Amino acid sequence: MANINLKINGLDVSAPEGSTVLEAARHAGIKIPTLCYLKEINEIGACRMCVVEVKGARNLVAACVYPITEGMEVFTNTPKLIESRKRTLQLLLSNHEKKCLSCVRSEKCELQELCTEYGVEDENYFAGEQQHFEPDTSAPHMVRDNNKCILCRRCVAVCEKVQGVAVIGPNNRGFATSIGCAFESDLVDTSCVNCGQCIAACPVGALYEKDNTDDVLAAINDGEKHVVVQTAPAVRAALGEEFGYPMGTDVEGKMAAALRRIGFDKVFDTNFGADLTIMEEANEFIERVQNGGVLPMITSCSPGWVKYCEHYYPDQLSHLSSCKSPQQMFGAVTKTYYAEKMGIDPKNIVCVSVMPCTAKKFEINRADQDAAGMPDVDISITTRELARLIRKCGIDFNILPDEGFDDPLGESSGAGVIFGATGGVMEAALRTAVEKLTGEELQKPDFTEVRGTDGIKEATYTVGGKEVKVAVASGLNNARVIMDKIRAGEADYHFVEIMCCEGGCVNGGGQPLVHADVRNFTDVKALRAKALYNNDTAKTIRKSHENPSIKKLYEEYLGEPGSEKAHNLLHTSYVERTIN
Amino acid sequence: MAEKKQTVPFSGTKEQEEKLMQVIAEHRDDPGATMPLLQKAQEIYGYLPREVLKKISDETMIPLEKLYGVATFYSQFSLNPKGKYRISVCLGTACYVKGSGDIYNALTEKLNISGGECTPDGKFSLDACRCVGACGLAPVMLVNDEVYGRLTVDDVDDILAKYE
Repeated sequence: MANINLKINGLDVSAPEGSTVLEAARHAGIKIPTLCYLKEINEIGACRMCVVEVKGARNLVAACVYPITEGMEVFTNTPKLIESRKRTLQLLLSNHEKKCLSCVRSEKCELQELCTEYGVEDENYFAGEQQHFEPDTSAPHMVRDNNKCILCRRCVAVCEKVQGVAVIGPNNRGFATSIGCAFESDLVDTSCVNCGQCIAACPVGALYEKDNTDDVLAAINDGEKHVVVQTAPAVRAALGEEFGYPMGTDVEGKMAAALRRIGFDKVFDTNFGADLTIMEEANEFIERVQNGGVLPMITSCSPGWVKYCEHYYPDQLSHLSSCKSPQQMFGAVTKTYYAEKMGIDPKNIVCVSVMPCTAKKFEINRADQDAAGMPDVDISITTRELARLIRKCGIDFNILPDEGFDDPLGESSGAGVIFGATGGVMEAALRTAVEKLTGEELQKPDFTEVRGTDGIKEATYTVGGKEVKVAVASGLNNARVIMDKIRAGEADYHFVEIMCCEGGCVNGGGQPLVHADVRNFTDVKALRAKALYNNDTAKTIRKSHENPSIKKLYEEYLGEPGSEKAHNLLHTSYVERTIN
Repeated sequence: MAEKKQTVPFSGTKEQEEKLMQVIAEHRDDPGATMPLLQKAQEIYGYLPREVLKKISDETMIPLEKLYGVATFYSQFSLNPKGKYRISVCLGTACYVKGSGDIYNALTEKLNISGGECTPDGKFSLDACRCVGACGLAPVMLVNDEVYGRLTVDDVDDILAKYE
């Protein structure tokens, strides 16, 4: 593609044809402030923060949508622009609930940051009528507080263009405009899949997860309760960002140390649950292949994906693996096997999970997730909430030593840890399924074809003389492509992995928030995933079925994968839902 | 915001549904179908009931929220039927400074509906309008085609009583 030459702030700049002024400036190391802009998702030039002066243009133009032309002269930082941006911010503040001290987004709020940068001293400059809303607290995972909404539409764009769900959008017009659901219904009554990607997209404190950190502390401070915690694979790959570590730093050791200092009785690992999931899922897959079961079999680890399937593909539910997710399998084993082993009444066990996910808050209350006759998992918090909990407990994360997990539910294989990245469950399952099908040891347990951050990946493997076709999709718009093929009978896959969020759990809706400036120009998914793959390669045990604690669990308690007991404890069922 | 409840129960006929299905069939693979679908649906039903928007959404896979968002953006669309007696209160400049806002508010209280809605018995609907060209009579309201001018809040009861 040809390059275009232009001047930005008097500097000669050359950028590919078709670039916007914003991209060309970025190319030249010049920052133009943005607010509504999310690369490839929300490019609507609505907020007017990115306005620049273009020589010869009548008005200020929005850099995020304005294409560059040969010989163009652009100015990004003139007094006129600074004044304009300041006024824009003051106008936004005129209809914004300015409770910054207690706001969950304080210090991470993109609006607050811009107000500081542009020296907005008078926040009431345009004081006038303000809209008032009752926050929508109906959903199990999040709160929508329109009093803080600045109508940038980033959440709307993600919900529609990335997840294809589109349950929120702008309603009404002009000053009366607000983001909401059809007929102003509650979020819980829509086909929202609880993925939380809208929270990750929100620049302010209008969208946030329901905070359960106080519930965790209450359980820990209850002398009667034995409180165990499990941490999902993806959490260790992102928690460090909350404490100043570069994106992609694996903080597994410090995380375990922090959890112990918070006061959990046992610090366990969802990776153990992931290994257990592979045992059951690989077995289910082999059974389906050998006994003419419904194929392709589709993974069921991602509660956002499962709910999406129930709403949008209720006629295809037989493809879903009956396996509970690793979180739920972990909870089930904790309240049965572990409780018996330790001689603790499961009623007195509180199982807490730390997840990169907001949909897990929904999953813990699903039906048929109660191996011991009570919920498998009691409280699910996000990575962000864990960071909050660490701060609340006065723990200095950065000076913590590296510690390990407790036995027996803390031991895991490399297969368990890669669950957090798209393709990871597939690879982990293949490591076990291929060995079981061929009876031979895999010399190199790497299935690199299913790695990487592409939205849809396909691969074919020859296993024991038979072809096994697999597909991996992440992000629900990508899932839709695969599901439409399956529904139309045009897919000849045997095994499909689907994750609700693009890039898998590392990019989950419960992960540390990433500023749009970073998100727009960094591959967040790839950086965090790399931490998991490095963790995998560093492990001596890289296959789930070789995890000694898993072997012991089957020997002492479950018998064989797919046994009646395993089915009662570790498998679940689904419900048909409608689109709303 | 509180969920929008339909004030008048839906009473679509079989013929209306057949017409709607025909319109949907005509626009099924049309990527810009939202506006024509909503316009024609409103022609068929006189307004856009929830049941109709849901039907369009289910058939076309256009998300219900998108239809609702468009329907609430343009003033040409109504989510409620018009009453037997359509009340329009002028909130144009002249009427407004003469106190038509108070009259409008009094009507919302007395009829117990918001602007754009219809009373459950289907009798009265209320809308705000802009300048009906009778500024000399400000403040002005219309009931169907009947014009009432130089109003005070106290006149509202008598006017409504005429139509009871």
